[in-house]
Amino acid sequence: MRAIVTVIGQDRVGIIADVSRILAERGVNVLDISQTVLQQYFTMIMLVDASRCTVPFAELTSLLKSEGDMLGLDIRAQREDLFHAMHRI
Amino acid sequence: MINRSEILQTIAMIDQQHLDVRTVTMGISLLDCCDPDPEKACGKIYDKITRSAKDLVKTGEDIEAEFGIPIVNKRISVTPMALVAGASETEDYVPFAKALDRARAETGVDFIGGFSALVQKGMTRADQLLIRSIPRALSETELVCSSVNIGSTKAGINMDAVALMGQTIKETARLTADRGGFGCAKLVVFCNAVEDNPFMAGAFHGVSEPDRVINVGVSGPGVVHHALQAVRGASFDVVAEAIKRTAFQVTRMGQLVAGEASRRLNVPFGIVDLSLAPTPAIGDSVARILEEMGLEVCGTHGTTAALALLNDAVKKGGVMASSSVGGLSGAFIPVSEDEGMIAAASSGALCIDKLEAMTCVCSVGLDMIAVPGSTSSETISAIIADEAAIGMINQKTTAVRIIPAPGMKVGETVEFGGLLGSAPVMAVHPFSSAEFIKRGGRIPAPIHSLKN
Repeated sequence: MRAIVTVIGQDRVGIIADVSRILAERGVNVLDISQTVLQQYFTMIMLVDASRCTVPFAELTSLLKSEGDMLGLDIRAQREDLFHAMHRI
Repeated sequence: MINRSEILQTIAMIDQQHLDVRTVTMGISLLDCCDPDPEKACGKIYDKITRSAKDLVKTGEDIEAEFGIPIVNKRISVTPMALVAGASETEDYVPFAKALDRARAETGVDFIGGFSALVQKGMTRADQLLIRSIPRALSETELVCSSVNIGSTKAGINMDAVALMGQTIKETARLTADRGGFGCAKLVVFCNAVEDNPFMAGAFHGVSEPDRVINVGVSGPGVVHHALQAVRGASFDVVAEAIKRTAFQVTRMGQLVAGEASRRLNVPFGIVDLSLAPTPAIGDSVARILEEMGLEVCGTHGTTAALALLNDAVKKGGVMASSSVGGLSGAFIPVSEDEGMIAAASSGALCIDKLEAMTCVCSVGLDMIAVPGSTSSETISAIIADEAAIGMINQKTTAVRIIPAPGMKVGETVEFGGLLGSAPVMAVHPFSSAEFIKRGGRIPAPIHSLKN
């Protein structure tokens, strides 16, 4: 199952490393990354494959949120189907 | 692949524009719970609901987490209780409402609806007993909702039931006077009620529905408002297109959630209800959409036309986005639940007469309106009759959810809290309708009901 992970927060060294570590530890594979910094705000969008995720996906989303809170980042993971439903016919 | 701006747009819709799924509602048939012994019947009702909906809340929360879309309420609707309780040898139907409330607490859902009777053409003994037990049922339970259908295009308007409902609403307000007449916020009087409505307080599970069904109600006034801010000053053709596009996206999301919920719970999917349902939160208001179209304040001249356009464009945009659209599907205008409506009513720009006109073109009717506690039952019945006439003649659903706030006068505000918000007490006409209501009988169905 594929998902979109978005990370928004104040730019600093090591954001990608932090988020990638959390994902890697749960067996989530990163397929694509794009990132940009707008007025010091870091915005990263990752396409990930969570089919081998070692925890239920709902648990991963809350884990990312709480880890994000600790790192001062807004991290969310949403199933890719949502974006397809809303933006593709 | 989905591009960056689409992803960020979706997140902005959820985070800043209050996009959510208002409710995932499981309809459950209770027709197999009838029993001559009322205690046994209540036991069967409790067992069936708790068994059928045991995973509803957990499933809703899982979907919420996986897709990152808030699902604000999980609800249950059941077969109109008069049809079930009628089989029992009792005159007191309050225990049936209590059984519903216990089942609601056990399953953890937010509301349970269906303490209802369908009496558009006449009342059975069970219907009468149920209606007479509504005030106590609503005051002695927490989150049980009740509805009574008193008219339809096919049957006309049952004016005996209309008179009875005026008294029932007054009595419900009296019994819940310590909470501003809160019981009345859980009671809807319908004309042309639909059987698959997922929204409260009017949800019930119609007899033509399957044993269990999943219906989903979407929301999104904030998203529509945002879309219209981007086309400020443009012609109405552009406005209609912008609303349609937005409604399509919102409904696709609702359809996705409905499909997931149906699959995971192994319960057939029923419908997606396209209604734009506001909340008292800033930025989640239907009134503000109308004002965005160029009205200084909701309720002024032009409001009905603006609402007509909105209601129609929402349906056109949504209908292609779902495999099955149903319920009420349009724009709701509950006064106490809409920040812009509250402001408009408080400022005096929005009065009951204008709201009545607006109900001709929106999805339901006079919704969550507080009137002075001194309003007579006949006046309330007459308000119901007017609203039912609009529904009957225009072949649409109309409803009245009105709160004669005990001890309160025009200009004061009743606080309900949560999704129910706060209602400014609005003026009613001081002239009597008592002789009109006293006549009773039935207003015949209109000529255009004879279609065969």
